[in-house]
Amino acid sequence: MADVAEEPKRRDFLVIAGGTMAAVGAASLLWPFVQQMNPDASAQALSSVEIDITPIKTGQAITVLWRGKPVFIRNRTNEEIEAAKAVELAVLVDPLARNDNDPGLPATDANRTVAGKENWLVLVGVCTHLGCIPKGQSMADTKGEFDGWFCPCHGSHYDTSGRIRKGPAPQNLEVPPVTFVSDTKIKIG
Amino acid sequence: MAQHESTYKPSNNFGKWMDERLPVARLVHDSFVDFPTPRNLNYLWTFGGILTFCLVAQLVTGIVLAMHYQPSADEAFNSVERIRRDVNFGWMIRNFHAVGASMFFIAVYVHIFRGLYYGSYKAPREILWILGVFIFLAMMATAFMGYALPWGQMSFWGVTVITNLFSSLDSIIPGLGTSIVQWLWGGYAVTGATLNRFFSLHYLLPFVIIGLVILHVWALHVVGQNNPTGVEPKTKADTVPMGPYAIAKDAVAMFAFLIPFAWFVFFLPDYLGHADNFTPANPLVTPPHIVPEWYFLPFYAILRAIPSKLGGVMAMFAAIAVLAFVPWLDRSRVRSTKYRPVYKWFFLLFVITCLALGYLGSKPADGIYVFWARIFTFYYFAHFILVMPFVGLLETPKKLPNSISESVLGKSGGGGGDTVPSGATASPEKR
Ligand code: HEM
Ligand code: FES
Repeated sequence: MADVAEEPKRRDFLVIAGGTMAAVGAASLLWPFVQQMNPDASAQALSSVEIDITPIKTGQAITVLWRGKPVFIRNRTNEEIEAAKAVELAVLVDPLARNDNDPGLPATDANRTVAGKENWLVLVGVCTHLGCIPKGQSMADTKGEFDGWFCPCHGSHYDTSGRIRKGPAPQNLEVPPVTFVSDTKIKIG
Repeated sequence: MAQHESTYKPSNNFGKWMDERLPVARLVHDSFVDFPTPRNLNYLWTFGGILTFCLVAQLVTGIVLAMHYQPSADEAFNSVERIRRDVNFGWMIRNFHAVGASMFFIAVYVHIFRGLYYGSYKAPREILWILGVFIFLAMMATAFMGYALPWGQMSFWGVTVITNLFSSLDSIIPGLGTSIVQWLWGGYAVTGATLNRFFSLHYLLPFVIIGLVILHVWALHVVGQNNPTGVEPKTKADTVPMGPYAIAKDAVAMFAFLIPFAWFVFFLPDYLGHADNFTPANPLVTPPHIVPEWYFLPFYAILRAIPSKLGGVMAMFAAIAVLAFVPWLDRSRVRSTKYRPVYKWFFLLFVITCLALGYLGSKPADGIYVFWARIFTFYYFAHFILVMPFVGLLETPKKLPNSISESVLGKSGGGGGDTVPSGATASPEKR
């Protein structure tokens, strides 16, 4: 019996075809149950905010909330800008600009800011290691070894362009999608 | 269930009637009263019963808390405060639950180290052991999500840091980690949506644990208990019935365990928690020093010891996963470390390593602390991957007693016999 191949029967075909359809049906029903966990319409709707930046003096920074995450807006001093520009790309941990306005560019300071508005640095204030909020927004904060931000959770140091320089974080702080609505107003998202 | 004749005798007509229809009483009698237990079990064997008690206690107190708790970002913190101040006896029930989680972990760690010391994972108890590892994992997930529920600063930032572990997958496939994390959060950051689903899962998982515990006990009753000698019971003289012997001993241990439990509940309810959790969650301020609950500290130390994000995450999960492979990593011919003159010292070093990692996990991740965390992380893995196989192969074990009764009663009690360390890892014999 073992060496006589059995004729496939109509019943075998029906069993396989029926079983396959049931499996496909079950699998496609699973999808909504997975998908329901993703950010819902109301979470997605909070996708843009406009901010008046006139009150932020040179050297100051504010934090705003965008999509439930803090966003740092810093009016950088000339020294900070110069320091950020002087950095050789070769010494950077993460060579990419991480700028949502134009992803994939090299991590120069120019690629992380808006041309002509280099004093304004806008960053998602979430450490790229495990999501703590780095210190450095208020004058009294420790800003780390590179004078930008310092994440106390596991010791990540960011420079004045928000690029990771030392510590466990793998990426530069993200630059969110930013547009200047006017000279005194920016839109995030 | 177990390989012995059922001795259940219904004592009345109703019992007889029932026994012919649904023999639960027989099942309970055979599994928990007339079940043969090795006569030499010490107090480390009472922790299984203690763990069962802990699970039931968490369920009962948890279901009560859920009657008063509100899983929303606005109300969670206040509702826990209301439970502690306004709900009748809420303070006590809430302390039972919060302290209970810590006591549960104390018990499970004793239980795990007991198994490691006496080689209880060795054949034929591999499945029993692996089910235990799954229970441990499910407990960790449950406790992690439970700690999120009071929605204080430590809850919030603990959830942020731990869920962000998955974002390390971005370095394998860009975007994968971020999508998983947003899927877990139900948003672009940890929000009330995250809290709500954690509450749902915190309610669910303990019932999954019950299912796993049933399988664990079933597997135990198929292979029988290990014992301090690691020699399988051979004759009837080697065992005593569970009731009343083991049950009475379990009860003594349970009451002893309840003394520190009650001490914490009534006198130091917040000692095991963290002061930052009395500040409501604030997504704009990270506390200066984020630490998980004490029972996660050794794993947290391993996470931070590795200088790469993905590497740290993998090491942390590997530290738990490696437990599942212990039955095959240990190449020793005998089970019990009592008869292993060399391994004994390595085992001591392993216990010290775990305690040291726990201490280091509570310290800031810099300088000397990271240095030592790396040393101990190295030994943690070396113990499993190098010491267990090689010491097992190379060392000459001490002579095992011929039987359990011989080890308890001296030569006269046991049968005479050969001098080879016999029967150590052999399959279970007739009882
Ligand atoms: C394996 C068993 C369980 C463990 C290990 C566990 C662990 C925890 C932990 C660590 C907390 C945080 C306590 C704090 O620091 O405030 C907590 C809170 C909570 N748990 Fe559980 N739990 C378990 C079972 C359950 C069950 C079955 C329920 C039933 C629904 C439940 C409901 C709650 C509620 C409502 C809270 C929030 C109130 C509070 O924080 O006191 N738990 N749990
Ligand atoms: S979260 Fe910032 S260093 Fe870990």
